[in-house]
Amino acid sequence: MAQTLPSVDAVLVGFGWTGAIIGQELTDAGLNVLALERGPWRDTATDYPPTYAQDELRYYWRQELFQRLAHETLTIRNNTGQTALPMRKLGSFLPGTGVGGSGVHWNGQVWRFLPSDFQARSHNLQRYGAGAVPGDMTIQDYPVTYEELEPHFDTFDYLCGVSGKAGNLKGVIQPGGDPFEGPRSREYPNPPLDMPYACDLFAKAAAGLGHHPFPHPTANVSRAYTNPLGVQLGPCTYCGFCEKFGCGNDSKASAQTTILPVLMRKPNFTLKTECEVLKVNLSPDGARATGVTYVDAAGEEWIQPAEMVILSAYILQNVRLMLLSGIGKPYDPATGEGQVGKNYAYQITSSVNLFYEDKLMNPFIGAGALGSIVNDFNGDNFDHTGLGFIGGGYVGIVHTGARPIETHPTPQGVPAWGGEWKKSIAKNYLRTTTINTHGAVMSHRGNYLDLDPTYKDALGRPLLRMTFDYTDNEHRMSDYLTEKAAGIARAMNPREIKVNGRKGSWDVVPYQTTHNTGGTIMGTNPGNSVLNRYLQSWDTPNVFVMGAGAFPQNAGYNPTGTLAALAYWSAAAIRSQYLKSPGPLVQA
Amino acid sequence: MLKRAIIPALSVATLAVLAAIGLTQPSDSQPLPSTAASLSTPQAGEADVVKRGRYLAVLGDCATCHTKAGGRPFAGGRPIQTPFGAILSANITSGGLGDWTPDQFYRALHEGIDDQGKHLYPAFPYPYYTRMTRADSDALLAFLKTTPADRTDVQTDILPFPFNLRALLIVWDALYLKAGEFRPDPAQSAEWNRGAYLVEGPGHCGACHTPKSALGGDLTSRRYQGAVLDNWTASNLTGNPRFGLGGWSTDDVAEYLKTGRNAKSNVTGAMAEVVAFSTSQMTDADVHAIAVYLKSLPTMDERPAPALDPATLKAGEAIFVDQCSACHRMNGQAVARYFPPLPGNANAQQRDPTTLTRIILRGARSQPTAARPTPLSMPAYDWKLNDAEIAAVATYVRNSWGNRAPSVTAAQVQAVRRKTAQAAG
Repeated sequence: MAQTLPSVDAVLVGFGWTGAIIGQELTDAGLNVLALERGPWRDTATDYPPTYAQDELRYYWRQELFQRLAHETLTIRNNTGQTALPMRKLGSFLPGTGVGGSGVHWNGQVWRFLPSDFQARSHNLQRYGAGAVPGDMTIQDYPVTYEELEPHFDTFDYLCGVSGKAGNLKGVIQPGGDPFEGPRSREYPNPPLDMPYACDLFAKAAAGLGHHPFPHPTANVSRAYTNPLGVQLGPCTYCGFCEKFGCGNDSKASAQTTILPVLMRKPNFTLKTECEVLKVNLSPDGARATGVTYVDAAGEEWIQPAEMVILSAYILQNVRLMLLSGIGKPYDPATGEGQVGKNYAYQITSSVNLFYEDKLMNPFIGAGALGSIVNDFNGDNFDHTGLGFIGGGYVGIVHTGARPIETHPTPQGVPAWGGEWKKSIAKNYLRTTTINTHGAVMSHRGNYLDLDPTYKDALGRPLLRMTFDYTDNEHRMSDYLTEKAAGIARAMNPREIKVNGRKGSWDVVPYQTTHNTGGTIMGTNPGNSVLNRYLQSWDTPNVFVMGAGAFPQNAGYNPTGTLAALAYWSAAAIRSQYLKSPGPLVQA
Repeated sequence: MLKRAIIPALSVATLAVLAAIGLTQPSDSQPLPSTAASLSTPQAGEADVVKRGRYLAVLGDCATCHTKAGGRPFAGGRPIQTPFGAILSANITSGGLGDWTPDQFYRALHEGIDDQGKHLYPAFPYPYYTRMTRADSDALLAFLKTTPADRTDVQTDILPFPFNLRALLIVWDALYLKAGEFRPDPAQSAEWNRGAYLVEGPGHCGACHTPKSALGGDLTSRRYQGAVLDNWTASNLTGNPRFGLGGWSTDDVAEYLKTGRNAKSNVTGAMAEVVAFSTSQMTDADVHAIAVYLKSLPTMDERPAPALDPATLKAGEAIFVDQCSACHRMNGQAVARYFPPLPGNANAQQRDPTTLTRIILRGARSQPTAARPTPLSMPAYDWKLNDAEIAAVATYVRNSWGNRAPSVTAAQVQAVRRKTAQAAG
């Protein structure tokens, strides 16, 4: 029998980026806040110190920092005609667990979605006519604009010490930056990282083709930085172990390196680790959350009453908790009714490898978001007339660091193993670079999340079921981006290139991005969304849901900048409106 | 039932908090992040004398010794290492001092004799507290009597024979106790005199930083020349520019005490607690006064430069480049206030290399403070480098970029490794 604990003002479910942001904001407002994290405590000194942070076997291949699938996974299928099966090994995406969440092992790629990304439906209909959005493409506008989010994007940039070059300051295009980005209120807090040779070659070639290359904005700080909270990040050493790793040098922004040193000192904040929330508890009429039930590391169940419940876990967990708790109506793809689980989306990537004969690329130099990028083919930065798709993505070299176990590109025609393979790697490793494309996925009627009817987790709860596949829109768009990447690659004059397009159905391998979105989408009314414009549940107004689940569809950018801005936006509304008068912030 | 329910919940919360402070130090009492500030913050409606006493408890750093790991503030029970064995600190909450009179308390501070007439061990630094004024003594007691009563009766008599014979302390006191309140020097400024009072009185800096005789008394001829205590080198505070405070400005000293960092160093080890519970909670004026006084201490001559083995230096450099240069940079300059610069680093150049060796072996965590909340840390190398390698890299750091200090031997590293092994778990 679960015991009931003393009530708190707010309980946070999951303690990664958004949990830390909300925790910091709500404790600043004087609330007594408790965070429950299913995974362990993590910090630089004890979990990934520089003496072994670069242990590729431990962290990547043995997945030290990722979700434990033996405890909980999800089932996967491409369409409703198939039977979903449990994913037993991580591949296509890598959700984290533990304090800091996936923000511990992210690359530090900090983007803002384009102003037009927030109006994906109305913008495309207006520019390309009614035929631009097929009937089963269920995209919709965000109920919030880029302009409204700008101050919050800015807060996150300065929290992280993002290193980059602005391309648009208050509407004035800046040389050296991204001319397509939305207007920024001020320059990045730190200058860009130094560019490696391959990125210089890319920038020259892309500019020669009339594109607009610029340095990737990065949360791998280019110099020692003290953020507005007084927390200190050390300068990046270009060690090449960001992606899938914790940063040993305190150089990559994460909850640990930007917020927790301040938040953990506060007397009105408590963190409990290895406490997994089973469900959000509701009042008998379902109109109000009364708290959560969680199970601790010893297997004991506890009832934690709370005035507010903030779901701040990874999007897949947030959606599942909504379904397990019975908040909102589950989405039904057959009827199109119900909202929870609707509009699950993802991303689509491809690449082009370049092999040089005489130029050393030293690909082991790296940082998660060290790169040269063009956004000429992202979002609606180009004319889609006649292309047969909407959306886009960025194209560029992201020099994340060619980790030796993971990285062994070989030219076309080289066998996949044996002596020839080894000889080819020895010859090419230092002389290789790769251009990546990072494309959007629109939402479609058949792509969604619900509870699996068969499979359960270690605690006996139904697994989340993912039904997802790429559509013609994604394939056409990705082929287009890949062709643009190949064009730049050729202009870089390598000995040869190898084009790795993305064909066929989506699969759980290989790795693409950990940029799952949707399922708890935000919108203008309960008929088109789970959350209102402040990330507040339409059905249960003292429940707020953070994260990329709120995205009505995905964009061609990494999501962290946008989901962090949404968290700050939501926190500002809670502080300025909700706490004064708890209740719906938008009348349905 | 309720009690049973709450205890496991609390223990989970405690674990989370303990984990949260990122223990990399083997110290048995890392200050909890929020504790130090909450102890020094006056309560609403607090009487002036209590407020003054609360601040005196900060100046005297009472909480550090009188609080055990995970225990209630001031409830005692923390083992204090002495050359003769460990003794436990006393319970000085209102529960422990409840019926003490101001006269008795003043006598304890001034003569080292408790309310029962028993002699106190000088691990309780009454040779320093004797310099406190009667008014300060009364205020401190008034504050301690407002602390929540803890009834724990700490058994403080745990030293082995013959040190358990407290009467022997009559002899010790005759040798080392110069009872009497602080007397200002009219030739010096008011600020200097305030600093001298704080350092020589409640702050009891010499208790760690002055070398001790075989009996544990201060060697007054060598005041503030540094000492090894509990496997840390309490650093030299004289005006020597290499291993003393000669290379630090008055503002450097004040910044270090207030924020735990300055352009030269980050605080860690035993001094971390002093900064967390005491100096970072002091007023800016008091911290500056301490700095003024410390900077007036006489300098101390260097001994002739020792001969160095070029092969060791070369090996040390190779290790430094591989293992240390990512944070400390190839030129050792690192990033001031983030990662400590090594050129001119006084800790690195102490004649006794215990602290430097220990930090390389066990790692170090920069003490977070309100001004500098980030616990930037150095990892442990005990598993990665052997004694000879650590000796070589330590020797290299002690003799590069203008640094000069005696070589470190593998045997010295081995000794520190052995002595800190148990504490490191």
